[in-house]
Amino acid sequence: MHELAICQALIAEVENIARPRGAWVKEIYVAIGPLSGIEPQLLAAAYPLACAGTSADGARLAIERTELRLRCRRCGAESTAEPNRLLCGACGDWQTDLLSGDEMMLLRVELEVPEATFEVPHV
Amino acid sequence: MCETCGCTVTASRVKEAATVEVLSRLLDANDRAAAHNRAHFDAYGVLALNLMSSPGAGKTSLLEATIEAVKDEFRIAVIEGDLETDNDARRIRARGVPVVQITTGSACHLDAHMVHDALHAMPLAGLDVLFIENVGNLVCPASFDLGQHRRITLLSMTEGDDKPAKYPVIFRTAELVLLTKMDLAPFMDDFDPERAEQAVRALANAAPVIAVSARKAMNLEKWLDWLRGEIAAVRARRGDGRIPLGHHHDHSSTMAR
Repeated sequence: MHELAICQALIAEVENIARPRGAWVKEIYVAIGPLSGIEPQLLAAAYPLACAGTSADGARLAIERTELRLRCRRCGAESTAEPNRLLCGACGDWQTDLLSGDEMMLLRVELEVPEATFEVPHV
Repeated sequence: MCETCGCTVTASRVKEAATVEVLSRLLDANDRAAAHNRAHFDAYGVLALNLMSSPGAGKTSLLEATIEAVKDEFRIAVIEGDLETDNDARRIRARGVPVVQITTGSACHLDAHMVHDALHAMPLAGLDVLFIENVGNLVCPASFDLGQHRRITLLSMTEGDDKPAKYPVIFRTAELVLLTKMDLAPFMDDFDPERAEQAVRALANAAPVIAVSARKAMNLEKWLDWLRGEIAAVRARRGDGRIPLGHHHDHSSTMAR
């Protein structure tokens, strides 16, 4: 299972964003395609281990599953496909280009940033 | 100011939500390290090949047969990745070829950082080709760029010709598919090399599919011709821009884990 290694890489990237801002991470948005080689369920299972003790500890991981889309080089049609049958949905030719489906992207991070610290008079 | 309850420290901190758009690959750090490795290989004009397959498909046997066939033609080196033991490294070393063993422990794949560490023990000057034998696994190695020029996926005749359909990620991005142990073909009537090739094409992959037997040295010439072509291509790209020995570029940013 390489999802833990990938999750640790993800948390490292997120920490690089959060730490200089002194921020806590609230939510992490990633996009995973069916041809990325990452199993979203395994990524979600590895996530609590990877974020424990980091500034992302307790943050929600939102996984967007992208659709597999391809374009036929021969007839130009765009279609969806199964990960192990990347054939044109229109003419059936195998010479297709992947438009989407191999993503493993960190999309964005929602942070809680301390803006300022000031003293409140004691009452 | 309250000196006792500490309220000035916590209660007054104003928090603000902020959204940071990122749009980077999850393996950005690995990709940067891979690009760095590739720059090393290119600087020395060394072809780097990432060999991937399930355990026991014959990666080490292929290397042994290849070394035997072209040891007078090319200078070869090998990086061996295994969870445990240096058995494969010893087999390669016995052929008189420099080899660095990476023992990954429990890690099921090599990554670009591990390969970079190995490169510190592997002088690239004068080499023609570096084989990186990945951990035997058809899943995890597929996701990690090592900085290789070409990915080679091996499929042995004992595994079944539908493996590309079962493990599409590793076969889709292969730039050469080697069907190994073809000497066993007479006993493997359920393995049809044609069907195996069709399964690769169904992944929209036009990579050459070559059947070989390392042990019986069958049909090796086609594979060796492919290898010669790739070595020549990398050598041609090198030009005169050789980086002198040693590390003259910054490692701090690219190698941060």
